[in-house]
Amino acid sequence: MDKLEVKNLKLYYYTSKGVIRGVDDVSFSLGPGETLGVVGESGCGKTTLGTALLNMPTPPGKIVGGEILLDGEDILKLTENDLRKKIRWEKISMVFQGAMNCLTPVYNIRKQMMETIQFHREMEKKEAEERIKKYLNLVGLSEDVLRRYPHELSGGMKQRIVIATALFLEPKIVICDEPTTALDVVVQAQIINLLKELKEKLNLSFIFITHDLSTEAEVADRIMIMYAGKVAEIGTNQQIYGPQGAAHPYTQMLMAATPRLHQRVDNLAFIPGTPPDLLSPPSGCRFHPRCPQVMERCRIEEPRLTEIEPAHTVACWRCFHE
Amino acid sequence: MSEFILEVENLKKWFPIKRSLGELLRGQRRWVRAVDGISFKIKQGEAFGLIGESGCGKTTTGKLIMKLLEPTDGQIVFKEKDVTCLNSEELQEYRRGVQMIFQDPYASMNPRFRIREVLSEPLYIHKIGTTEKEKMKLAAKALQEVKLTPPEEFMDRYPHMLSGGQRQRVATARTLILSPSFVVADEPVSMVDLSTRAELLQMMKEVQHVLGLTYLYITHDLSTARYFTDRIAVMYLGKIIEMGSADEVIDHALHPYTKALIAAVPEPVSGKVGIIKEVPIKGEIPSAAEIPQGCRFHPRCLYAKPECWDQEEPELFEAEPGHFVACRRYKEIKKDSINEKVG
Repeated sequence: MDKLEVKNLKLYYYTSKGVIRGVDDVSFSLGPGETLGVVGESGCGKTTLGTALLNMPTPPGKIVGGEILLDGEDILKLTENDLRKKIRWEKISMVFQGAMNCLTPVYNIRKQMMETIQFHREMEKKEAEERIKKYLNLVGLSEDVLRRYPHELSGGMKQRIVIATALFLEPKIVICDEPTTALDVVVQAQIINLLKELKEKLNLSFIFITHDLSTEAEVADRIMIMYAGKVAEIGTNQQIYGPQGAAHPYTQMLMAATPRLHQRVDNLAFIPGTPPDLLSPPSGCRFHPRCPQVMERCRIEEPRLTEIEPAHTVACWRCFHE
Repeated sequence: MSEFILEVENLKKWFPIKRSLGELLRGQRRWVRAVDGISFKIKQGEAFGLIGESGCGKTTTGKLIMKLLEPTDGQIVFKEKDVTCLNSEELQEYRRGVQMIFQDPYASMNPRFRIREVLSEPLYIHKIGTTEKEKMKLAAKALQEVKLTPPEEFMDRYPHMLSGGQRQRVATARTLILSPSFVVADEPVSMVDLSTRAELLQMMKEVQHVLGLTYLYITHDLSTARYFTDRIAVMYLGKIIEMGSADEVIDHALHPYTKALIAAVPEPVSGKVGIIKEVPIKGEIPSAAEIPQGCRFHPRCLYAKPECWDQEEPELFEAEPGHFVACRRYKEIKKDSINEKVG
């Protein structure tokens, strides 16, 4: 059975200018021990989706529809108190974007990590510290960092601390929002390796949110491409990156726009135009104003996510016409 | 005229560290050696990439060339003229010819200025164009050059009404309006969305060909550097450790640090999920206040031998035609890595 199943999730932001449909009718599932990659440009709703999975939308956002089933239980129906005590960090935890800014500069690391553990578990201080040390070792840090303050640590070390904090209540699902974006390539590779090791050791499932198709290829078993609050395509790593290639024109174009290190290209492709304003998204398929393969039908009718081969679903009229 | 537009010779920038009372009394001084003696030459009309991790001194180098910082030591020669020390008049003249595109398009523009004001400000400073009409004509031309057309549509907008990519275009237009011959681009696309990144780079390339510009492209991203630049220099802790044509350095890297950087870059190819990638490097970058003895890379190098830390620091030398490296043991390392692959 699926660990996490999301059905028709909708999260709208109610601003003074109108309703922004940040996440609009998104469905997917996450199996145990699986990594799902969520890719999209800024403003496509990928971070919004992450906060929605913990049922903590950023105001003025509200979850207006859908279900998030964790082992069959809809977490959207739980009270705030139950969510805090039973779901957040206990079952689903999140590593937020920009580790540098997640830690408070006025507490040392020991105090920050202790706070999380003591809120959730009634534990002796000593026992809690043992546990913190165990997880610090797991992420490759020495106990020495406990008495340090965030400004004394490098970006990579801070990211490791945030990951350890996300893990030590033993959740089964971890949402990572751009965990490597602010880091240097070498540190990025080290963090990716760490996440892979942890996945093996602790049998975790990851939701890995990023804008970078290249890192996603290295971590995700399945990839979900989002565009303007909607899912454009979901496929396995092989289906998206394999020789046959992705099916949705947006995915194909993103892929072509990604510069490769080991190939010399003279003209890199790009996607003309900019992502739509979600206050008034275009009619029909939301990608149609930028799509080179647009048809008449795309302008009028919105394509639904449809399976084109096992485990590979696409929302594009082109793909199920021919 | 010489083939080189910019020549940098043994450039240094050391920042003093605030001293404790004890150090003050003992007369000790400590420095952060952000840029620690670098030399390179940039040819007329080429795109030269400066690559490195954060804290390696690449942005400081850019600022030194822009004359936003005074160098501690060394020499900068621009168009065969020594520009290391300039008075304010000469500086203004210099800055007309050398312009900069900053990393953050959200912070580099005054939010209260309309685009027309953003673009005409450099004209006021450099007293170009007598009438308002003339200035607007120049602004419109610059907007056309960066493909923001029709220009009238953008003139009266504020920066917040533009996307990141469009802002970066306006920033480019603002540098082009003074018709410079040299542009320092400090991570111009790192904050721009992937789908528009390529478009922006392509526009910058086109402008380069049309106007005969020379770029210094500063970045941490090897993939865009390969796409955008002709030659690259890799920096580590304030020193250039490898330099050569972009293809040559990336395909046949000689220095172990460059090799590690290249190995760490993720690639959009399937079938890598299960693999724990080996990055041939140890630990993290040390502080520029305490630079290791000998070769400054040795504490992180997998191939380091006593000669690397006992002897003096290796200087940059030409290992292959046009390909420079600062590593004593690059030949042995090369053999090693070939053996590993065969074995």
